[in-house]
Amino acid sequence: MTTTVDTSTRPPSSLIGGTLPTWAPALIGALAVASAVGLNMTTGLAGWFGTTIVGALIFVVIQSIWSFAVEGKRHAVDRLATTVVYSTFVIAVVPLISVLFTVLAKGLKVMSWGFLVNSMRNVSPRNPGGGAGHAIVGTLEQVALAAAFAIPVGILAAIFLVEYGRGRLARAISFFVDVMTGVPSIVAGLFIFTAFVLGLGMERSGFAAALALAILMLPVIIRTTEEMLRIVPNELREASYALGVPKWRTVLKVVLPTSLAGIVTGAMLAVARVAGETAPLLLTTFLTQSYNNNPFAGPQAALPTFIWDQITSGTTASVDRAWAGALVLITLIMIFYIVAKLLANRFAPKG
Amino acid sequence: MADPTTTDAASPISGASVRRGDRIFGGLSKYAGITVLVIMAAIAVFLVWQAIPSLATNTGNFFTEQSWNPDGDPPVFGIAALAFGTLVSSAIAMLLAVPVGIGIALFIVLYAPARLAAALAFITDLLAAVPSIIFGLWGLEVLIPGSAGVQRWMSDYLGWTVIFENTLELYGKSIFIASVVLAIMILPTVAAVSREVILQVPAGHKEAALALGATRWEMVRMAVFPFAKPGMISGAMLGLGRALGETIAVALILSAAFTINIHLTEPGGNTFAANIALKWNEAGTNGLSALVASGLVLFFLTLSVNMIARWIISRRSEFSGAN
Repeated sequence: MTTTVDTSTRPPSSLIGGTLPTWAPALIGALAVASAVGLNMTTGLAGWFGTTIVGALIFVVIQSIWSFAVEGKRHAVDRLATTVVYSTFVIAVVPLISVLFTVLAKGLKVMSWGFLVNSMRNVSPRNPGGGAGHAIVGTLEQVALAAAFAIPVGILAAIFLVEYGRGRLARAISFFVDVMTGVPSIVAGLFIFTAFVLGLGMERSGFAAALALAILMLPVIIRTTEEMLRIVPNELREASYALGVPKWRTVLKVVLPTSLAGIVTGAMLAVARVAGETAPLLLTTFLTQSYNNNPFAGPQAALPTFIWDQITSGTTASVDRAWAGALVLITLIMIFYIVAKLLANRFAPKG
Repeated sequence: MADPTTTDAASPISGASVRRGDRIFGGLSKYAGITVLVIMAAIAVFLVWQAIPSLATNTGNFFTEQSWNPDGDPPVFGIAALAFGTLVSSAIAMLLAVPVGIGIALFIVLYAPARLAAALAFITDLLAAVPSIIFGLWGLEVLIPGSAGVQRWMSDYLGWTVIFENTLELYGKSIFIASVVLAIMILPTVAAVSREVILQVPAGHKEAALALGATRWEMVRMAVFPFAKPGMISGAMLGLGRALGETIAVALILSAAFTINIHLTEPGGNTFAANIALKWNEAGTNGLSALVASGLVLFFLTLSVNMIARWIISRRSEFSGAN
């Protein structure tokens, strides 16, 4: 739908003014890189950051002057805008690559089978060794519990909004689902703490953490399910009604199966989103260094709180463990994320 | 898009068992929906309930006091420093992230080859999938040591702006670093919402501009921006909501202080969310209540920002006629 005409490759015409040759940006770019690197070597410019900035400035200045002279002001501005737009994307990609690369490089340093199965029991923060096995178990259990709460409620709520909802109630719910997406994760943790730990006298546990995560998952699941249900063609529903099938069986047997893949994708994305949440866990489960496979009693570790604990310990060995924990966490999330995307691509409704 | 309201016209054939099945299923789904309203109301109620005890015993002014000693005798605490750190770091994050996020959206939709658009969008979404604790770790271990030179340069040449002046010559855990990390974290939100509205700009508007001889930038400025502005504003607001409530990355990066320091690159600073995470385990009964009180302020702050953002979006979609 975005058929943008590429003005830069248009053949020269007598009706329009002069244009820069198509190889002009490449030439200016090479010139800018060469002069920035040259300046860096001769004058000791402030590091790679300063070199990049100076190189970009040289590029912009030469391009603007040349373009202004040949093509006029409007095209010079256009070229400047194009440069800025392209560089914003580079700006976004640099931290992403830096984060992923650092996690990989530093995480692999202490990564081993032992790290995945051992706990931190009887391991001093100062000594190397130990592992995140207890935290992996905790994260998987808490996220599974959270999903068990949030997915059924979320899907039902989405069914209400799409199939049954009318009038003010549905509008209010729809609005607050959006607002709920923006509830800070620490507020979800505070709420579970005040309501369940202070209010009902529950102990801090993996279960309490799962409740906080469920609150964060719920709006994501409602939104994605709602979108999937809305693209189910109405003809399918009408065909079902025409056969005398009641509405609730139509929803269960026709609408849901049609959109199932999309709903599963949304659920996976929601799981990926909450698996890395740290703040609500800090408030709702205590840190522990040992295996606790029972999420309903006693403190339970999780990968994000494991990383937090290891960073705040602040020793060389513990920071190494923090990076390894980060690698495990990011791998887990990427698996969820990529499976979700593959499912979405594979089963996306056709037509 | 299918209009959901038309399904209601085709009511099922009447019959006792049919009606019961529909009542049960419809009722279940209705209560699932109402759960959302109940949770939102319960958050407000429980936070207020737990915040009252500490607010009642507080001997300082809750809004202007620059210290945090709720477990002392007498208890004195206030959110002035927290509010300053939260608002300033979020504001700087917005200044950095909004132009870049809109640029990314423009790049993906209008500048990059159409075949690459999906892959590029996926890359920006990946940024959203990185958990905040990993951004915190990265900020602490990579960004702080890596940016000391740039910050020194800013202090030397931009020191006259006062905010970049660094009288301590210490370039560590500061509000400025926290703002940069926040900016990276809210970038995908701003970019994703902007991308959606830019995709909705009618092709006719863009082609008309180009057909009149506009350059690509003039087309963006005259056809895309006027149409997509409300969406971009609400994308920025959603990013702001996320920045205000971000906890762990900020808690790792700031060296918690309870004074307001206008020199943003100097160590110090604190935010609502980071303060809760850092003080939680050492807090006594009144301390927990005081933290809940600050969380309540954060809740209403993000709530109002998000409501305004959603209101702008919904008002737009009513008369846009884009689809």
